[in-house]
Amino acid sequence: MTETLVLLSLPFLAALAAALHARLSAPIGIGATALNAAAAVLIAGGVLREGPATTAIGGWSSPLGIPLVVDGLAVVMLLMTAFVGLGVAVHAMGRSPMDAGPARLAQTRRWFWPLWLMTLGAMNALFLSGDLFNLYVAFEILGLTAVGLTALSGSRSATAAAFDYLIAGLVGSLMVLLGIAIAYAAVGQVDLDIIPSLVATMQGRIALALIVAGLAIKGALFPLHFWMPAAHSSAVPSASALLSALVVKTALYVLLRVSLEGGADAAPLRALLGAAGAGAMFWGGWNALRAERLKLLVAHSTVAQIGLIAVAIGVAGDGMLWKAAVLLILSHALAKAAMFLAAGRIAEELGHDRISGLNREDLRPGAAEFAFAIAAISLVGLPPTAGFIGKWILMEGLIDDGAWLWVGLILIGTVLSAAYLARVVSRCLRGGPHVAPGARRPEWRSGDAAALGLATGALALGLASSIPVALLELTPA
Amino acid sequence: MNELLPLAILATSLGIAPVILAMPDHWSRCRTWVNLTAAAIKVALVAWISIAVANGGEFSVSLTIAPGLTLALQADALAVLFLALSAVLWFLTTIYAVGYLEGGTDRSRFFGFFSLCVASTVGIAMAANLFTFLVFFELLTLATWPLVVHRGSAEAHRAGRVYLTYTLGGGLALTLGTVWLYSLAGDVPFMPRGVLGELPQTHPLALSVIFALLIAGVGVKAALVPLHGWLPISMVAPAPVSALLHAVAVVKAGAFGIMRVVYDVYGVETVQVLGLAAPLAALAAFTILWGSIRALTQDDLKKRLAYSTVSQVSYITLGVALISPVAAIGGLAHLIHQGIMKITLFLAAGNFAEGRGVKNIRAMNGLGRMMPGATLAFTVGSLGMIGIPPLAGFVSKWYLGAGALDANLPAVIALLAGSSLLNAAYFLPILYRVWFLQPEEELPEKRRIGWMLAVPPAATATLVLVAGLLANAPFSPLGWTRFIVSLEYL
Amino acid sequence: MTPDLVYLATGAGLGALALWRLTTSSDPLRRVLALNVLAVGIAMILLAAAHGPGGADAVPQAFVLTGIVVLVAVTAALLALAETLGPRGD
Repeated sequence: MTETLVLLSLPFLAALAAALHARLSAPIGIGATALNAAAAVLIAGGVLREGPATTAIGGWSSPLGIPLVVDGLAVVMLLMTAFVGLGVAVHAMGRSPMDAGPARLAQTRRWFWPLWLMTLGAMNALFLSGDLFNLYVAFEILGLTAVGLTALSGSRSATAAAFDYLIAGLVGSLMVLLGIAIAYAAVGQVDLDIIPSLVATMQGRIALALIVAGLAIKGALFPLHFWMPAAHSSAVPSASALLSALVVKTALYVLLRVSLEGGADAAPLRALLGAAGAGAMFWGGWNALRAERLKLLVAHSTVAQIGLIAVAIGVAGDGMLWKAAVLLILSHALAKAAMFLAAGRIAEELGHDRISGLNREDLRPGAAEFAFAIAAISLVGLPPTAGFIGKWILMEGLIDDGAWLWVGLILIGTVLSAAYLARVVSRCLRGGPHVAPGARRPEWRSGDAAALGLATGALALGLASSIPVALLELTPA
Repeated sequence: MNELLPLAILATSLGIAPVILAMPDHWSRCRTWVNLTAAAIKVALVAWISIAVANGGEFSVSLTIAPGLTLALQADALAVLFLALSAVLWFLTTIYAVGYLEGGTDRSRFFGFFSLCVASTVGIAMAANLFTFLVFFELLTLATWPLVVHRGSAEAHRAGRVYLTYTLGGGLALTLGTVWLYSLAGDVPFMPRGVLGELPQTHPLALSVIFALLIAGVGVKAALVPLHGWLPISMVAPAPVSALLHAVAVVKAGAFGIMRVVYDVYGVETVQVLGLAAPLAALAAFTILWGSIRALTQDDLKKRLAYSTVSQVSYITLGVALISPVAAIGGLAHLIHQGIMKITLFLAAGNFAEGRGVKNIRAMNGLGRMMPGATLAFTVGSLGMIGIPPLAGFVSKWYLGAGALDANLPAVIALLAGSSLLNAAYFLPILYRVWFLQPEEELPEKRRIGWMLAVPPAATATLVLVAGLLANAPFSPLGWTRFIVSLEYL
Repeated sequence: MTPDLVYLATGAGLGALALWRLTTSSDPLRRVLALNVLAVGIAMILLAAAHGPGGADAVPQAFVLTGIVVLVAVTAALLALAETLGPRGD
């Protein structure tokens, strides 16, 4: 109980403190992120010991009260946010060669911490929400802070991307809000567990369709992902990592909840998710193959990976398959954060991020490149990463059901991701005549450690998949 | 202890890989020391475990990943065969590679991935179920890629791309086959005489397709025609890498995979009942001939050796596919014999290239007088490949032939004879050149061949001789394979 | 019943117009305005939905209030971003 309140209040209070004390913002930010991670671990322990719990804040019951639900799925998402956030915070804490840059970069560093802490608080609230309206409120806070993170670098392209992102996000939220209101009109409640009764009526189905469409915009699900590649590729590395690894996952999380609560009646919704996901795998993969800049490639890869996760949610009935979707979410969060941080470090050292120029330098940011490579292994889904375990469970279930079409699609998506990621990794493996004898190796920075740590985490999570799976067992479905 | 020993064997290469990767490039002494110590410890541990397994000891350890999925290691007799090969040859190849790459760039990266590569072979050897096998099999692909492109030239990158395309494609087939089999059978541990139970009666078609997928997956690495295209191209890699790819790690992982699938997943009986043995044998026979014929026309020495590998590795597959205990002994023994012979040839070829700049067969005239040690090792290796008694290659071919008689397939005898003739046709002209022809011009010494380059081929050539001469001793490769076959064909 | 229908129809019409403007226009200011119109349209639908046979329900009205608060904040943020972007072609 205390821990849930910590998760909800600490980030916002810390954000306020960090905004007020510019000099102390980094220590405050790191401290709060670490405390948040500790609280998430405590909550996970509690759920493992005592099972899922629901609390009503202040004793108010619905529809006016705010129920908080802590179950296995919520805990896994909280842990993911806490630890990926910690990794990104380590990156952001370090000194960077840009410190000596123009004043607007100082702005970047100044405002990163309050924005990140608000984002963290909003995500915590979102994962703990037991009702739809609360979800909406959390989404709104998240939408604003995420746009702030996008615009943080102050560059013209980032500002333009942030503008588009905010408009797309607000349209999404308005659709969610309209859906919630119609759902309320239909059922007279907004708790998450009304979804089965929504599926039964026409009005309820319209409400659900609106909610899902809004979430699809926020989750950058093909073909509503138009705003995302520009936003994720033009932000500063730590912001890109947070946006791509965590923020889009919130919408996928709610989609998963809706699909799970809806049960067998949500089949049309799942078919839609599957189809959109398949489209995303190909569209994102194709664009990543053609991308000329590293960060753009990574951003398009997010489109494709979200597609894979949507497919996993779409084909999952009961049983193990939705857990595969969660494993894919976790693996993507760790690997994509590592990849954006690594890409950021590479671009920082080389001074550019053109893919064709990666192998012609006498400078070798080896640690970042290695982190990128490990993250790539995880995203392709090669063993023993969590991505592999997720894909394995998914394919085993699909074969059990005789759904060969989906198996084929997933395999093709895997080949595409291997192809576009190999474009980058092969260039990192330069040697021989390309390397000047005195090739300079940049100094280690905290960003390298963060990227390597997150990438190794994605690798190790594969071996420790039994832990999230055990937690997910504790989700009432 | 029974859990620790397999882990310790794995750790001697998996554990040091990150350490070496993180070392600055100029720490060569420290790196060499770490490398060689770990390799020596591994040889000792493998010797220990082989003796224990021969005396009936059982070693296994496992970790549950998700419901129904476990990573499990065990040291059974077949595992020990492959372990011994990789441990001994890793030790020798490491010495050679240290000498070969002296003063080169990116050595920490090279030796880091080199260790990772051996770690994967060790994992493949000790994998106790198909899932674990798959994990290490894919790790092997990833660990060898940086080695293939090590030189960083455009040609090396092209070879790397081809290599990755083939092996990841194979990996995909293997993954699909494995997942499908898990979906049918639950966990698929490796057990002598197969684990499929009643499935062959209920799902014959699915099992046949899965067999094809699994064999295609491991067959890419075993260079079964038509999946062999990557092997000759990846010859651009440095000599120790070629030696490792050809003799120990990659092709042997493939051949070993075929053994595991046939013996310990399906079991020889099921393979026969489903009618899968004959196509596999036919494919192996075709590969043997095709590789030998292509080898005849290669002038680049390493390419000729590469096609020879394509041909020779399929002896192992043939021995497995003939479904006769005697042929199986020949095939399994060839896993070791081909390994020590081919590594001798590649290390010697590397010395020719390093010492005198000789890479083409045309230029090899009179090398015997210029580099007697390397040439002698090369000669022993070649004669072994042809199958001259009392060298190791003779022993395997003898058992394969006897197995063909045992399986009542005289055509296979003709195949073996024809292949041996082809072997002679592409090796003897080289031997004639090096010993009896005068060089057109005196080749200047490009680099002095130090002990680190000279000793490993000499040592492996000696092994070729010893494995043939002492074939009947209990711890010889032949003796050990008899022990394995007695478990598979009771 | 009729006033409800008028509200619903007007709200839907405003929403559709605004969505059309949002997707076709590239001028920041027009898009911000379109977004505001969209929000007003949705608010009208919500108010109509809140008006049941037993009088007005407070919960949807609370939704609308929250929506308005969010809209003000987002509009401010959008205008600030548009200001940073400056005139087009800059």
